[in-house]
Amino acid sequence: MTEKSVSVMPLLSFRGITKRFGPLVANDAISLDLNQGEVLALLGENGAGKTTLMNILFGHYVAEEGEILVDGAPLPPGSTDAAIQAGIGMVHQHFTLAENLTVLENITLGTEPLFAWRRDIKAARTKIADMAAEYGLHADPDKLVGALSVGERQRVEILKALYRDARILILDEPTAVLTPQESDSLFETLKKLTAKGLAVIFISHKLNEILNHTNRVVVLRRGAVAGTVTTSEADRAGLARMMVGEEVNRPKVTSMMPGNAVLRLTHVDCQSDSEAQSLKDVSLEIRAHEIIGLAGVAGNGQRTLANLLSGLTTADAGDVEILGAPGVADPTELVRRGVGRIPEDRHATGVVGEMPLWENLISEDRRGAEIARAGFVIDKRRALERSKRLIEEFDIRCEGPEAETRLLSGGNMQKLILARVLSRGPEFILANQPVRGLDEGAIAYVQSRLLQARADGAGVLLISEDLDELFALSDRIAVMYHGRMTPPQDTAGLTVGDVGLLMSGHEAESAHAH
Amino acid sequence: MIGDIFEILLTAGFWAATIRIVSPLILGTLGELICERAGVLNLGIEGIMTMGAMAGWMWVFQGGDLWGGIVFAAFIGALFGLFHASFTVYLGLSQHVTGIGITLFASSLSYYVFRMLLPDATTPPKIVPFQPYAIPGLSDIPVIGEALFSQTPLTYLALLSVPAVWYVLERTPLGLAVRMAGENPVAVESQGIDVLAVRTGAVMVGSAFMAIGGAFITMSAFDAFYFGMINGRGWICVALVIFASWRPGKALLGALLFAGLDALQVRAQQLAGAQIPYQFFLMAPYVLSIAAMVVMARRASYPKALLVPFRRGDRV
Repeated sequence: MTEKSVSVMPLLSFRGITKRFGPLVANDAISLDLNQGEVLALLGENGAGKTTLMNILFGHYVAEEGEILVDGAPLPPGSTDAAIQAGIGMVHQHFTLAENLTVLENITLGTEPLFAWRRDIKAARTKIADMAAEYGLHADPDKLVGALSVGERQRVEILKALYRDARILILDEPTAVLTPQESDSLFETLKKLTAKGLAVIFISHKLNEILNHTNRVVVLRRGAVAGTVTTSEADRAGLARMMVGEEVNRPKVTSMMPGNAVLRLTHVDCQSDSEAQSLKDVSLEIRAHEIIGLAGVAGNGQRTLANLLSGLTTADAGDVEILGAPGVADPTELVRRGVGRIPEDRHATGVVGEMPLWENLISEDRRGAEIARAGFVIDKRRALERSKRLIEEFDIRCEGPEAETRLLSGGNMQKLILARVLSRGPEFILANQPVRGLDEGAIAYVQSRLLQARADGAGVLLISEDLDELFALSDRIAVMYHGRMTPPQDTAGLTVGDVGLLMSGHEAESAHAH
Repeated sequence: MIGDIFEILLTAGFWAATIRIVSPLILGTLGELICERAGVLNLGIEGIMTMGAMAGWMWVFQGGDLWGGIVFAAFIGALFGLFHASFTVYLGLSQHVTGIGITLFASSLSYYVFRMLLPDATTPPKIVPFQPYAIPGLSDIPVIGEALFSQTPLTYLALLSVPAVWYVLERTPLGLAVRMAGENPVAVESQGIDVLAVRTGAVMVGSAFMAIGGAFITMSAFDAFYFGMINGRGWICVALVIFASWRPGKALLGALLFAGLDALQVRAQQLAGAQIPYQFFLMAPYVLSIAAMVVMARRASYPKALLVPFRRGDRV
């Protein structure tokens, strides 16, 4: 076997894979090759079809058209077992581990004949120890998976694939849940694996990682291959353009004359479950045509402030005035008054995942004249019409208004929430971490929408941990630390370094200097 | 009074009764436990036990062999398990609704078949049930011998099935697949194992256990079949599974506790029958079970995918 014959035949080939979900084409005639010993990046925005393609490879879905070849032999479609036999191992984005079972049990499931009299635990232990030594993937086989950190769980997932002699390892957005240190150690592992001849498909939308740790990049856009490049010849801007289809420009802020106050907090105290989260003597004024950025490390009172402004709690002391009336613990009343809420955790509190899009889209307006007959009977036809209009206007990529909301990608789910909130023309918007976890295109979209709302006359409180975002969008920036807030200062007069200091509690000099 | 109760606790008769009462409970509880470890709640248990009680008894009454009756009851139980699984596992329907439906259907069908085959019976007809079998040597041990080793073969089967079920669940590849199916079916699927087959198999085997538990009542504890004789034992088993945190060993412990209280209340009734209405004694095991549940269930770690249907190819 010479080097040449290896490179002639790709280890894995997709040939014209097409997969549809209803009217949505998730994969559109995708063809690509994977060679031995390489790390191939699969780059694309949320919803571009990366995960669908990998689920077809791993037998979770069956493609309508096309075939997959491993070593030149066709892979039977729709069979996970066949994929595993062919040497394919997959680390899903959402881990497929059982928390109540041990590491060893998770790894060895399915590796022995089901009707054997006993599991060979001793042999499994030895094999896991050998793999740990060979690849530097250490995991205690007797620990319950539920007791492991996210990084350790991912290690178990990789071990699971290697235990079954995988030659092709698929990693679906592996770094999304990792700390920077854990990511580095993952890339070390990948180096060791490819040195031993494994091929890796690395799914991501983080350009830095792809440029630094892969050999070749295949870019997917809207379900189709938008281009293939060798990583060493690629650059950030080029990849971003290929991925989004156009130049990605973060929106620009134009200066505006602020209007009347939409929110006024005066010496507000508000107890919460922890000392750091409790608000202490917070004063803040937000006016129309104005975005106030709120910086701070998570857990310094942002959640309490958000709860206060969205009507989930009331202040213990001080005055809260929201759109001309006192704050109340009644979200419906605040929404009616014209408050728009973009919650921090879109899955948990932003939408009801099991309900269809249209119900989520009208949930804040279900008694409005446009939707409800006589104020309480929902006219589904009208609700669907409105939903279709919003889906189009906000470019929510989905199967239609009747689709289950949980099936949306993060970016599209956030667009749904934006559509629900902004279509009501709110005068005050609470945007809590609005771009967390979104890709480039979606970030630009959400930000431009917020700026549009500001231009239309809304006052916005933008809570974010991303300083670049705060500096790009905010008219003024305030910082929270241990439940106290610095007075907002003009963004123009601040530096990232100033805000960073305030975020770590160096409040005195800076705050009193003005 | 307290002294009298202690005296009861020391008699071999009390312990023998406890072991007798525990047998159908432990069979039913293990059956439910197997289903739930695979992720499927089986509220058909009450009906499946009734069906087992009728089927096993009828087999013998029609001239069949006792052990043949047990096998037949298990077969019928497995059939109802398949019925339950086809709705809950393959179609992914509500496990609560399906289970209750199966209980109503199986109970009524039992009486219907009984009446159809024996239209003229006025007093419940009898069979010759399993007889106690004293294990040579062991049965001579005082107290323990009479309590544990002078029971019917079906009781020995019930007690031995506890370690057997534990072994299969914990020590065999099949048991691992069953447990994983109840924790994270996607993990089972992604290892190339058919989740639906694993769950269906578990529900069928579990239901067979339940049916044998029912058959114990007509073929070992009594010798006849009559209306309402399962009397909520199935529901007790469902509660015992939670009490046991889905572990076979703890299930035996819980079943023993309940059976012991039941055996005790019968004897206590005779002691204090005059002062306290007997209904209070009948109630006692259930009240104490609820109290025990409250204490134990707080720490129960239930199978993560219990009640969650699995559909292949679903977008997750």
